[in-house]
Amino acid sequence: MALTKSLTYALRRLSQAVPTVLVIIALNFLLLQLAPGDAADVLAGEAGSATPEFMAQLRSTFGLDQPIALQLLLYMKQIVTFDLGYSFRHGMPVADLIVARLWPTLLLMITVLALSVGMGVLLGSFAARKLNRWQDNLISMLTVLAYATPVFWAGLMLIVLFSIKLGWFPTSGMQQVAAFHEGAAKVRDIAHHLVLPAVTLTMFYLALYTRLMRASVLEQFSMDYVVTARDLPLGEPLGARRHVLRNAVLPVLTMAGVQVGALLGGSVVVETVFAWPGLGLLAYESLFARDLNLLLGIFFVSTCLVIVVNLLVDVGYSLLDPRIDLR
Amino acid sequence: MKSGVLRFIRHKPAVCGLVLLLAVLLASALAGVVYPGDPFRIVGKPFQPPLGEYLLGTDMLGRDLAAGVLYGARTTLLVGVVATVIATAVGVTIGGLAGYFGGRLDNLLMRFTELFQTIPFFLFAILLVAVLGASIGSVIFAISVVSWPPMARLVRGEFMTMRNREFVQACVSMGMGHTRIILHHILPNTLSSIIVTGSLMVATAILIESGLSFLGLSDANTMSWGYIIGAGRTVLRTAWWICAAPGVAILLTVMAINLVGDGLNDALNPRLRSL
Repeated sequence: MALTKSLTYALRRLSQAVPTVLVIIALNFLLLQLAPGDAADVLAGEAGSATPEFMAQLRSTFGLDQPIALQLLLYMKQIVTFDLGYSFRHGMPVADLIVARLWPTLLLMITVLALSVGMGVLLGSFAARKLNRWQDNLISMLTVLAYATPVFWAGLMLIVLFSIKLGWFPTSGMQQVAAFHEGAAKVRDIAHHLVLPAVTLTMFYLALYTRLMRASVLEQFSMDYVVTARDLPLGEPLGARRHVLRNAVLPVLTMAGVQVGALLGGSVVVETVFAWPGLGLLAYESLFARDLNLLLGIFFVSTCLVIVVNLLVDVGYSLLDPRIDLR
Repeated sequence: MKSGVLRFIRHKPAVCGLVLLLAVLLASALAGVVYPGDPFRIVGKPFQPPLGEYLLGTDMLGRDLAAGVLYGARTTLLVGVVATVIATAVGVTIGGLAGYFGGRLDNLLMRFTELFQTIPFFLFAILLVAVLGASIGSVIFAISVVSWPPMARLVRGEFMTMRNREFVQACVSMGMGHTRIILHHILPNTLSSIIVTGSLMVATAILIESGLSFLGLSDANTMSWGYIIGAGRTVLRTAWWICAAPGVAILLTVMAINLVGDGLNDALNPRLRSL
């Protein structure tokens, strides 16, 4: 019963996402129009030289001589069929490139989300229990510091300390080059390379979720049901503690869902610093190669990823908190 | 007002933040006096470590790092403040209209705001600067475009509650125009929340700016902290201090602004102190 309700809710949310995706496509199209030169110029540039007749022929094959509204429709049709264009720099379709680079980014993101939400919930509730004692003050100070540190700089300083000075972790990449590890050795190798990028990104989000969790637990402490439970002759029963945690976690989860887009953006700088071969590094490379089509493709896929994650969070939220009305 | 100042002063971290922030402002104001001339100028041997001939040493081209950091403060603060002012203006307008008029306009404007909140904002900023060309104007534009949504949401909420308060109802029944009610009666009452959120937005804007210039998306003619770190990254193994110094500058500035913002929040919105 609850499941079918959630399912229809998910389907309706999915249909609501359709206009968002269409607007994003239109935005991409607008950015393409704003960029200097058109596809024919790019092609001609790649080819080295071109006659005016050849350029005109190229424009008509791409439909660039059509009215702008028609061009937009053509572009939308193209994107909806997941044809994101062709990257001449890499010599392969943009969609294939993105799919190949998707999983390193997902691995990094899931690790960071799990670490920052998990540890943030623990640290935040610990700080709230030790309110205004030295433990709370220490955690507050560390979160203020971590919250102000630029992510890329933190990554570079970790490289200086743990890779260059101490030699504990590799400086870049996802796997040891030319080692060709298989099975468990490969997993261990990737995990070893994952440590520094994951720690770098986690620090910032850990600070955010710790602050949020602390505030959220303190808010729950002032609620009637906790105040009553504390006045019971047995003191604070374990049951109340569980309810506090469960209720206090909800805003943190919402925030984690909202922050997925920011996390994807943050992965651009972290992947650049650590040469982690994901979407972020691909975005950086496309920036240097002036491969706008690829950059737009990454932007589109990332936005779709955010929409999907937000949807999952909303549906998960409705399962966690039965009070939410699935209208 | 007086009690607000008192509350701010009693908030120790906020006072530390304010002192730090004033130091950064002073440094950026005095950049031209302490280091006259172009910060891109080559002054001596490259790769000199800090605390030698030059306070923070020199970079891989022999440019004085201390001069770079001081001039970088100018760029960073300028971009942070101007982008925030623009984003605040846009956010207040959209949020105010949505919250005051409600109904279909509210629905439309909030869908628009949600759209901007769905987009991965840093990627969008990268795209905008890449398309418009790396100049200080396009960086400011890109940061403003990605940072107004939280302000719009906040102002919408404030306007919605104000709209139903008795004093606004009284204005309506007196036949006062919408513009006058909004500008003279509702806006002044929401100003404290706008100031607090705006001050925190400057910190975020600075982080975005440094990230963009780290990736090479900054005006080639202005020194900025992210640019120094991005350029120094290639020689991290041999000269780590080139990256270290501007990063500390970013950290201290952003932390100072955050602390001042928190202090302002306590001073201006005493009702919210419970958290």
